[in-house]
Amino acid sequence: MTRSLIALTAAMAMGTAALADEVHVYNWSDYIDEELLTKFEEETGIELVYDVFDSNELLETKMLAGGSGYDVVVPTGTFLQRQIMAGAFQPLDPDKLPNRENMWDTIQKRTDVYDPDGEYSINYMWGTTGIGANVGKVREILGEDAELNSLSLIFDPAKVEQLSECGIHLLDAPTEVIPAALTYAGWEGGPDDKSDEAMAKAEEVITAIRPYIQKFHSSEYINALANGDICLALGWSGDVLQARDRAAEADNGVEVTYEVPKEGALMWFDQMAIPVDAPNPDAAHKFLNFIMDAQNMAAASNYVYYANGNEASQEFLNEDVIGDTAIYPDEDTLENTYTVTPFGPKEQRTLTRLWTKIKSGT
Amino acid sequence: MRRLILIAIPYVWLLALFLIPFFIVVKISLSDVALARPPYMPQLDWSAGWEGIRNFFAALDFENFGFLTTDDLYWKAYLSSLQIAGISTLLTLIVGFPIAYGMARAPEHWRPTLMMLVILPFWTSFLIRVYAWMGILSQNGLLNGVLMSLGVIGEPLTILNTDVAVYIGIVYTYLPFMILPIYAALEKLDSSLLEAAEDLGCSRLTAFWLITVPLSKQGVIAGCFLVFIPAVGEFVIPSLLGGSETLMIGKVLYEEFFSNRDWPVASAVAVVLLLILVIPIVLFQRNEQKQREAEG
Repeated sequence: MTRSLIALTAAMAMGTAALADEVHVYNWSDYIDEELLTKFEEETGIELVYDVFDSNELLETKMLAGGSGYDVVVPTGTFLQRQIMAGAFQPLDPDKLPNRENMWDTIQKRTDVYDPDGEYSINYMWGTTGIGANVGKVREILGEDAELNSLSLIFDPAKVEQLSECGIHLLDAPTEVIPAALTYAGWEGGPDDKSDEAMAKAEEVITAIRPYIQKFHSSEYINALANGDICLALGWSGDVLQARDRAAEADNGVEVTYEVPKEGALMWFDQMAIPVDAPNPDAAHKFLNFIMDAQNMAAASNYVYYANGNEASQEFLNEDVIGDTAIYPDEDTLENTYTVTPFGPKEQRTLTRLWTKIKSGT
Repeated sequence: MRRLILIAIPYVWLLALFLIPFFIVVKISLSDVALARPPYMPQLDWSAGWEGIRNFFAALDFENFGFLTTDDLYWKAYLSSLQIAGISTLLTLIVGFPIAYGMARAPEHWRPTLMMLVILPFWTSFLIRVYAWMGILSQNGLLNGVLMSLGVIGEPLTILNTDVAVYIGIVYTYLPFMILPIYAALEKLDSSLLEAAEDLGCSRLTAFWLITVPLSKQGVIAGCFLVFIPAVGEFVIPSLLGGSETLMIGKVLYEEFFSNRDWPVASAVAVVLLLILVIPIVLFQRNEQKQREAEG
């Protein structure tokens, strides 16, 4: 009895010791090369508990509720900005992040909109929202010379009606689809306009194509495109590229492409930040610094096919990543991208309501 | 004293697992949304003593409940949820009753195995089973494949992402909750009653109608409530199997909570849902009690 008590106490003591050197990371699903996680543990001796989510809303709810127990989280720019305002994150300590010099000014300048000078966050990955297409099927229906890089594939009712027979998915994310609809319509207020008039215009554009959309979903299109279940999706760059590779691996005769829309594309940024109540902020800084190492960041990008905000990592990137304009767009395409700002509470309610109306007709 | 403790246990349970969480939800439903952590105001400030508590209660109002009446989305979603749950309950009963009947009439040494087969699906995660249905019902899925190769249909049916898929999902998921209470009622049924009825000139069908159905009524009612009540608030099945136009209150609640970050309105939606469900829950309780009295 005494012996087992001692053993128990010892085990508990060890448990606390382990707790002191644990870091809890909450990242998007399928968003890292898992070998990096082992590498981090080997290099630092800190135990890494890795957990994943698949929507910004879920992460935001955890951040706003507080006490999430995570040390590092990865919200998208617009969400990050709002959560900073709500006081969900702690300022980063620059002294603990020597690898910050590897970061890329071009991207930092763009993320300043959400988090000026990166006081609370570092960029992890970025990408664009564009068009994923099953080349064979789209050409079969619209003709050999159909443009695959035009938003008209998604928003022109005449084309969408023809394409609907092979299936179209849109992201179930109004903050992505509505700017795209405004861009397609050439709205003079720009894609980031949140006025009632802009929302009415977006509603008009999306309602016109609504009957031909099979589903609004933010991840199913990866498999659906790869299997040939659908032929068109408005989706995130890296996800469509994953679909492209899965189709190529399956060798099922499906050829998927990703195109940045020529009318202009939304550019988004996933940022790593440390919650204000993180149990182990010290280890969290170590993790951020580890991620900002040029070779580590390159390994992550080579694995997930998303561009990163780390300039020094570029020399370690595989040719099929850095050389692919779908991932690292050329200068002209970059010029043609836009960023959006977060919706305020009232605007958000209008937006969600509009989205429900578009989706369910009620 | 021991008796008192025994009686107290279920009430402590009820208090800890139902009443306290429910009052927290009610409290949030009376607050206002704010950009803060957590995202609503006012927060109860204990340090300010009585003054703090008084201010807290003074700031509460029923605004969010009023808001629910300004938009027809909410009552449409409630109605549509009740309708989907009602139809699903009926379908589950139609599928479940014959299964329970067959089990109760099976040779006694088979029954444990049959019972096992009904419970077996619970050994796999509910989510995985719903995902399996996505594989079965999709355009290139198992069902369409089989039907096409048999020549029953010329081109694939669209079932996934429609209300039909939601019904299939709910019936499949809740079937054991229907079968088990009906089986329990039918198993107790004294078969000599049926023999007597047939001796007295009833046809098998009439005997079934006059004896089996009334005696299994309690089981049927229990099964229906066990399916209907959770089905009204169902969220996972419609979001995975349903289409974008499937309108259910569970989805509306999710959007209020996660997309709008409006915890107070989301809580108001939940409170109203509970009030709607209180009626069937009370009926269910009464049915249980009646049954116990009848047996007692």
